[in-house]
Amino acid sequence: MMTDTAQRKLVLLAAIWVILLTVPYWLPFTGGYMALGTRVLVLGLAAMSLNFLLGFTGVLSFGHAAYFGLGAYGTGLALKFATNSTPLALFLGTLLGGVVAALLGALIVRRRGVYFAMVTIAFGQVFYFIAFRWHSLTGGDDGLSGFKRQPLNFGVWTANILDNAVLFYFFVLAVFAIATAIMGFLLRTPFGHTLLAIRENERRARFLGIPVEQHIWLSFTISGFFVSLAGGLNALLNNFADPTMLNYNQSGEIVIMVVLGGMRSFWGPLVGAAVFVVLQDYLSSMTTNWMSFLGAIFVLVVLFFPRGVLGMRFGNLLNIAGSWLKLRRATS
Amino acid sequence: MSGPSENLLDVRNITKAFGSLVAVSNVSMSVPAGELHAVIGPNGAGKTTFFNLISGLFSPDVGEIVFAGTNVTQLPAYCRVQSGMVRTFQITEIFPEISVRENVRIAAEVAAGYRLRPWISGAETTAIDKHIDEVLALTGLSGNQDRLVSELAHGDQRATEIATALALKPRLLLLDEPTAGMGDQETYEITGLIRRLHRNSGYTIVLIEHDMRVVFHLADRMTVLDQGRVLAQGSPQEIAANEAVQVAYLGKAT
Repeated sequence: MMTDTAQRKLVLLAAIWVILLTVPYWLPFTGGYMALGTRVLVLGLAAMSLNFLLGFTGVLSFGHAAYFGLGAYGTGLALKFATNSTPLALFLGTLLGGVVAALLGALIVRRRGVYFAMVTIAFGQVFYFIAFRWHSLTGGDDGLSGFKRQPLNFGVWTANILDNAVLFYFFVLAVFAIATAIMGFLLRTPFGHTLLAIRENERRARFLGIPVEQHIWLSFTISGFFVSLAGGLNALLNNFADPTMLNYNQSGEIVIMVVLGGMRSFWGPLVGAAVFVVLQDYLSSMTTNWMSFLGAIFVLVVLFFPRGVLGMRFGNLLNIAGSWLKLRRATS
Repeated sequence: MSGPSENLLDVRNITKAFGSLVAVSNVSMSVPAGELHAVIGPNGAGKTTFFNLISGLFSPDVGEIVFAGTNVTQLPAYCRVQSGMVRTFQITEIFPEISVRENVRIAAEVAAGYRLRPWISGAETTAIDKHIDEVLALTGLSGNQDRLVSELAHGDQRATEIATALALKPRLLLLDEPTAGMGDQETYEITGLIRRLHRNSGYTIVLIEHDMRVVFHLADRMTVLDQGRVLAQGSPQEIAANEAVQVAYLGKAT
């Protein structure tokens, strides 16, 4: 027996995976290029990771770019100086960002609300300036280059993810699938339920016997690890890492993707990332003021779809149509 | 373990001041296992502060709180909950955007010690579900279990709050004004529930109440607070006969 909601979720899940698995076959017909699809996945993973903390624990971090960027630099530096293995480099990069998130998280979990967000920004900027100034290691303002993702060697077959953009897309999709499966699974366990409790009512959660700080720290760390993984993938995608990945602008963009897509929904941030990345690509080819247009769209979504694109209800659309008609009548 | 003569809760001479306002002053109270103890007093008497001190929302400036033979005075709130001291709130504090059953589930899983578990087995889920069913049946919420708490009537929201507390398998239940803001019918139902929990299920309960009618028929013993001090302690009959109480509290009530 299945409830309506469960059925709807299953249909949504199937639709998302069919779309993701077939991207290389239909994207070229829409005028898109493969790296654009991969970029949606990478930033989608970053946004979904942030949403683990924001949407499912109720804690806003404005500094997740720090871990995104650390994952990128860690992966790039590992490929440049330490290893020829793409997965190992990605693992090391993820570990760097994740461990830093765990350490800093322990310092900031006692802050709440605006204070929490401010401290996350401050810590984020520290890494931005380190990457900016430490020219000999990071390339400073010029960014970190001189590394390339390496083909995956499976013994009998080598997947050349460096030159074959479609193969690289599927590599990223595989990583994305594992990461989102782990996050989705965690939210269904007793631990995930305690995070929901904290989001809904922190004081009550405390009086259920939940040590709230410890659980927020764990959520922050998990979120940091996966956003760092996304950063690592981003470095592999571009064969490049630069300080703007660590900047609070980047943090803000990830937050915008989450809100665009809908932070009460598990998959919403992926949709938000898709909207953001595609619009950015399209608008920036037409105007240098693309940020203004994206900003206007963001404001409209927040005004009319406070639950984001995936949280849209038919009722919302009716309301908008109604206001539109009223406006027409008033102005005519 | 606590024998029959030993108290489950011993509050010894606690005092708490906020700046120059002494909210609770030198209050002591003992609650043996199985007792239903009511704390009453006019508004501003310090009842809620007293509760917050017992449950660990703040620490007292002076005095100590002993629960089940352990000094818990400096213990954080969640540790007290884990040792079996569970409270409800005057303002309903449940999770409004999830169903009644899921509200209770979170508590049941925490009580089972699963709060950090990133997995749960089928057998464990079955046991949790059974526990939830029992609690829902006891609190009369079985019919509403799949509704969002925000959709429920006020009385059922209070019942959900109590159900969540029961799911934590409390040894001591602290109820902060369980009938606050209720009509007569709802008050009657919640009072009936509290009586069943006490008489049939044997819970030890401390409750704050301002409605005198509720308390006199429910409590084994009472503590009357006034301006942060203990005005009187004893059985409902003793309290009703106490002159100081009549002047300070009952006199005003009529």
